[in-house]
Parts: sequence; C-alpha cells; structure tokens
Amino acid sequence: MIAEAGLAALWLAAALSLLQLFGGIAALRGEGEGMARLVRPLAIVQAGLVALAFLLLIQLFLRTDLSVALVAANSHSMKPWLYKFAGAWGNHEGSMLLWVTVLAVAGAAVALFERRLPERTLIATLAAQAAIGLGFYAFLLFASNPFERLSPVPIDGQGLNPLLQDPGLAFHPPTLYFGYVGISVAFSFAVGALVTRDVGPAFARAMRPWVLAAWVFLTLGITAGSYWAYYELGWGGWWFWDPVENASLMPWLAATALLHSVTVLATRDGLRAWTIMLAVVAFSMSMVGTFLVRSGILTSVHAFAVDPQRGTFILVLLALYIGGALTLFGLRVGTVKEGSTFEPVSREGALVVNNLLLCVILALVFIGTIYPLITEALGYKLSIGPPYFNLVTGPIALALVIAMATGPLLRWRRDRLKEVARRLAVPILIVAAALLALLLLAPGMRLLPLFGLMLALGVGAASLAPLWKRNLRRTPLFIWGMAISHLGIAVSLAGMACEAAFSRELLVAARPGETARVGPYAIRFDAADPIAGPNWTAIEAKLTVSRGGGEPFVLRPQARMFNSPPTETSEAAIATRLDGQLYTVIGKGDGAGRWQLRLWWKPFVTLIWFGGGLVALGGILALIGRLRRERRPRLEEAWA
Amino acid sequence: VKRKNQRLTLLLLAIAAVLGAVLLAMSALKDQAAYFYAPADVARDGLPLERSVRIGGMVKPGSLRREPDGVTIHFTVTDESPHSIRVRFRGIPPDLFREASGVVAEGRFERGGLFIATEILAKHDENYMPPRLDPKKGEHKSESLGK
Repeated sequence: MIAEAGLAALWLAAALSLLQLFGGIAALRGEGEGMARLVRPLAIVQAGLVALAFLLLIQLFLRTDLSVALVAANSHSMKPWLYKFAGAWGNHEGSMLLWVTVLAVAGAAVALFERRLPERTLIATLAAQAAIGLGFYAFLLFASNPFERLSPVPIDGQGLNPLLQDPGLAFHPPTLYFGYVGISVAFSFAVGALVTRDVGPAFARAMRPWVLAAWVFLTLGITAGSYWAYYELGWGGWWFWDPVENASLMPWLAATALLHSVTVLATRDGLRAWTIMLAVVAFSMSMVGTFLVRSGILTSVHAFAVDPQRGTFILVLLALYIGGALTLFGLRVGTVKEGSTFEPVSREGALVVNNLLLCVILALVFIGTIYPLITEALGYKLSIGPPYFNLVTGPIALALVIAMATGPLLRWRRDRLKEVARRLAVPILIVAAALLALLLLAPGMRLLPLFGLMLALGVGAASLAPLWKRNLRRTPLFIWGMAISHLGIAVSLAGMACEAAFSRELLVAARPGETARVGPYAIRFDAADPIAGPNWTAIEAKLTVSRGGGEPFVLRPQARMFNSPPTETSEAAIATRLDGQLYTVIGKGDGAGRWQLRLWWKPFVTLIWFGGGLVALGGILALIGRLRRERRPRLEEAWA
Repeated sequence: VKRKNQRLTLLLLAIAAVLGAVLLAMSALKDQAAYFYAPADVARDGLPLERSVRIGGMVKPGSLRREPDGVTIHFTVTDESPHSIRVRFRGIPPDLFREASGVVAEGRFERGGLFIATEILAKHDENYMPPRLDPKKGEHKSESLGK
C-alpha cells in the first residue's frame, strides 16, 4: 500500500506541476484572472505531495519492504538503521526523487516567502520552476520509478555498496542536491525576469539569497565529499579530478561567478545581460552535473545505474533545458538595457576579472571532463587525470586568488592604481617575506606549491583588510561574510600547498614488533588480528604511535570484508593534530607473517577542509546579513 | 573606455577568455591525456614511450609474484591476443586486484617493454571486465590515438 500511495502522490504532483506551468503561461498572457491566483497555492501543494512521496519511500526502506524492487536491490534487513534511512537516496531512483523533492520544496518557499518581485515576474518564475520540475517528474515516472513492485519477493535484499555505508552518505548527496536545485531556482528567477523584461537591481536582490544559499550548499557538499573520499577510499588523496567531483566543481565555479556578478547588478545596476548569462551557465552546469552522475556514463562509485535508456532520457532533458535557456536568452537579451558603466580600475572591474578567470577555469574543467566521453563515443578510450587539470587550472587559480585579494580593496565605479597599491602594501610585503623564508627554509619546493603557500599568506592578510579600521561591531554581516569566505580560500590554499609540498609517505611490509618512521612519528606495528562487525569482518592492525617524548597512542586501521555484497574496503586510521594528520592504512598480508602498511604524515592537511568550512560560514553570514537588511529596505546600501 | 562600448568590450573579453581556455586545453590535452592500451594495441602500434598511459586486460593466472621487500609486485597482463605486458607496481593494490581478474593500470612503459604502474585503478566492482574481454560488449574497440 505504501508504495502505491507514494506513486499516486508522485503522479498527482506531476499533474499539479503541469497545471502550474500552463496556468502561469495563461496568467502571463492575460487569459484567466483566476489563474494568477492559483499559481502560488499550486506550487505549495505540489511540494507537499512530493515530500509525502519521499517520506513514504524512506518508510519503505526503514521497514525493508522487499516487495519493492528498489529496496530489494539496495537494502538488506541486517543493515544498520542509519544506512537503511540514508539508503533511500543512496541509489539512482531514490536520489532522483530527492532531487525533485528539493526542487518542489524550494518552489514552495519562493511561493510562500518572495514578496519583493512584481507579481508577474513571480508567476513567470514559478512557471519556469514547473517546467524544470516536469522533466524530472517524467524521468521518474517513465524511466526510473522508485516504487516499482517486485514479484516474487526475495528472501533478503542485495545490500548497499559498502563504500556508501558511511555517515557521509546521509549528508553529502542531499547537500549537493540542495546546491544544484538552488541554482535552478536562481535560473528560474532569471527566466522570470527575462520573460517580463524586468532585469534590474530588484530582480538581482530577489535572486541573490538563492544563489548564496546554493553556493553555501555546494561549498559544504564539495568540502564534505572531499574529506569523505580522503578518509574512506584510503588512498591519502583529497581531490582526484574524478568526473563526479568535477560535476560538483563546475556548478560551484559558475555559482561563484554568478554570486559576484549579481552583487554588481544589485548594488550598481551593472552587468545585466552578463548576470543573466551566468545564471544560464550555472544552471546548465548543474544539469550537466546531474547528467554526468545520473546517466551511468561514468563507471564510479557514484554511478549507481548503468542504463543507456536513462542516459538518453537525461541527455534529451539536458538538451531541452540548456537549449531552451540559451534560446530564451538569445531572443530576449536584446531587450535588456545596458546598465550603468564603470572604469576598468574599479570594484566592478575586479569582479569582471574574477568572472572571466572563473569562466576560464570552468571551461578548462569542462573540456577535461567531457573530452574523454566524446572520444569514447568516437571509438577510442583515453583518460584525463590530475596531470592535465593541475597543469592548466593551477596557475589560473593563483591569478584568481590575486584578483580576490585586490577586489575588495577597490572602490566602486572608479579607483586609482596608486592608492590600490598603497592599500595592498602590507599583503605584498608579507608575500615577499614568505617567498624569502620559503626559499631559505624549504629549498627545492615545486613552483605551484611554493606560489600557493606564498599567496595564501598574502591573501589571508588582504582578505582581512576590508575589516581594517572599521568599527567591527557596526560592520555589516555581509562584509564579515566576504572577509571570512576570502580568508577561507587562503586557508584552504595553504593546506593544499603544504599537503603537496611537505607530505611524507612510507610503504613497508612489516612483521609484528617492527617499527617504522614517517615524518615526526615512530610507529610500532604490534599485531594484526581478525575482528567482526555487524555486517563485515576485518583484519585490524594495532599500531602504537609516538612522537618525540610524547605519550604514545594507538591507531587501528582495518581492511574490511563486507558480507553483502561481498566487497573489501580499507578503513584508514587517522590521528589529527594541530599541525597535520598521521594517516595509516593496512594492506594485504603476504602469508609469511608480513603485512603491508601505508603511512602518511600530512602537515596542515586539515586546513583544506577547515578553509572550505570558513568559505561556507562566510556565505551563511552574508546570507543572514542580506536577509536581515532587506527587511529594512530604507537603509541605504553603502557597501556591498 | 567609452560608455557606449562597454558592453561590446565585455563581450569581446568573454569570447577571448573562453577561446583562450579552449586553446590552452587543447594544447595541454595533447601532452597530458593518458591513452588506453590493451596488449594487442602495444604489439600493433609499438611502445608508447615518454608519456603516461593506461593499460588494461586480465591478470594472467600464475604470473603474480612479490619482491622480497614485500610491497613491490610483478604480474603479466594479457588479452585475447597472444601478446602480453609485464607490469611492476609498488604499493598496495586495490582490494579487487587478483589473478584471473580484470585490471586497469596507469603508468609508463620502460624501453625494454616493462610497464611501471603508478596506480592500479580501484574504481570498478567485482564484475568489471575490460571492454575487450567482456563478451557482452565484444564489438567495443579500444583503439589508440597516440601514434
């Protein structure tokens, strides 16, 4: 019964979404007075229905109702409770239902809380939302029904991929989806504004919180995903340039550019068509991201289903959405009047540089991600990995970081280079001092980490400069947000550079009783013993670790064997200290008493994710600041 | 900048940036893309030296052996052809790596034909087969471009 109720709710929601689209169009054409009043309630009821369907699916997973095909294929009665719950979206159909749920709930939020936009623009926005939602409803109902029954009912389920059996699963995918969907809401605003020829500061202010929120979620999702891959995969790396990682990075890059240009539009009424274009690009990237992950075109942990029919379906959706967005942009961009202009040396100028560099990085990542897919379709295989991505994006990212340090110190509309240089004197001195110190203390560093660390110190200082000489208690929250986000980038950059330059790695085959040294640590291998968990067995190493004269402590890395499906995973044991992490992995035994141990000392590696957290925190502060400020619209926006 | 021309300037800048990115990507791809070779490809095209490549095939049963250091392994990769590739790898191979099972490795060839693997890819599941060896996808070709 539960499954049938869920399916019915989904169909109803799809029907309402259709009504919302055509009602919206009719209202905009001036046909049907009642239609205009219907659109908001439709969006709200629709969200309630999809949310109900999603809750019912979770209920099916919690009960392990094996008569439902999706549950049988992805769950298991012996699985821990949390993974039954999170397993509801740890698969293709469930995650698509989550996608559409988030989209509908966001639409309801727009319908409920958006009061700044003219009514017509709002209706156009909600109609655009319905158009996006319809495609995904069709995809769910026709190509990936999560509520399909299975007959005969199996005795037990096939279980969840062990790599996904991690608390990270409960957190990581929804976060990214909130980000993707938030961008699609921002895009709906852009469509609404284009349709009603209403592109201006008011539209930008309505769109900005959504862009900010989406960007915060993407930042959190990427940061959490990176840390998850780091400790779960047991390879010691924190970013692999895997297509799935790129699928989340590309919307983030586009959203970052959009976030900065929408500020120019909201504050100075400049960059109008530019901002709309970025909204189209950001939306396209989040669709490409969904496509890459969902089509099964990639063989990776994330590609739950390999099904060419679904791939084709999503590809058609993708073409319709992106093609439609670009067509609308092309048809209407002529009606967008040019906004106010500015001198090249100005805050706007720096933000244009930021946008251009972000777009260049985006294009480079996009080409590197898509190129192997195209060549494979043409019949030959190749892979593009870190050598390409690091080489092409690294230097441009560093240039971007310099722009980031400079931008906030520039005045709007017009500034003078001489004065900018004066404001940047302290950061430049710090960079010079850091360069000198690094050349003396750590000779032979590779160029990219060297520049990275050097710039991180200077940019860290520069990012706090906008707070300098201000009354900190009266500084608006969004200024704090900007400073903290920029500082977060510098902190993260410092972590990346330290990890790249100063990591120590040791790979040994050790007998119990032997001691290995890596970085400042001495690691004694005491024993390797078999242990058992709820649905796995493992070999667990006991490592006694000491550093200098400090108190020794014990680390227990495991090599796990899961029962269903039968899969082996490595559980790294990690010791976190203020100055870095000791990362230990146990490999295979050689049958003669020796075990492979892989040990890393990674100085300051935690700064990478701490920085990511700071970036997101800055976004949250800015969001709160903007929302609070916009409740008091009479206050003039002196800064932005 | 003249007021009137600002939009045009921005448009040109954006086009220049994207074009620049495409050119940069193309030139970097020429050097940095790792092409995929099966043993038969190597026999036909010769050794791809001086560049990072991927090889794939089946770990030949009985070919896996360990060096005395306990962390370096040697094995042979075969496919349906009579050819094979000898591989050396220093590290912990992924959990699914075993004899008579599919493998994809990334690394470089030495002049003598020995493949020095820097990474054995772990991204496939226990059912994974390289396309050549998978009867269901028998028509799939893995030709190489890097000639």
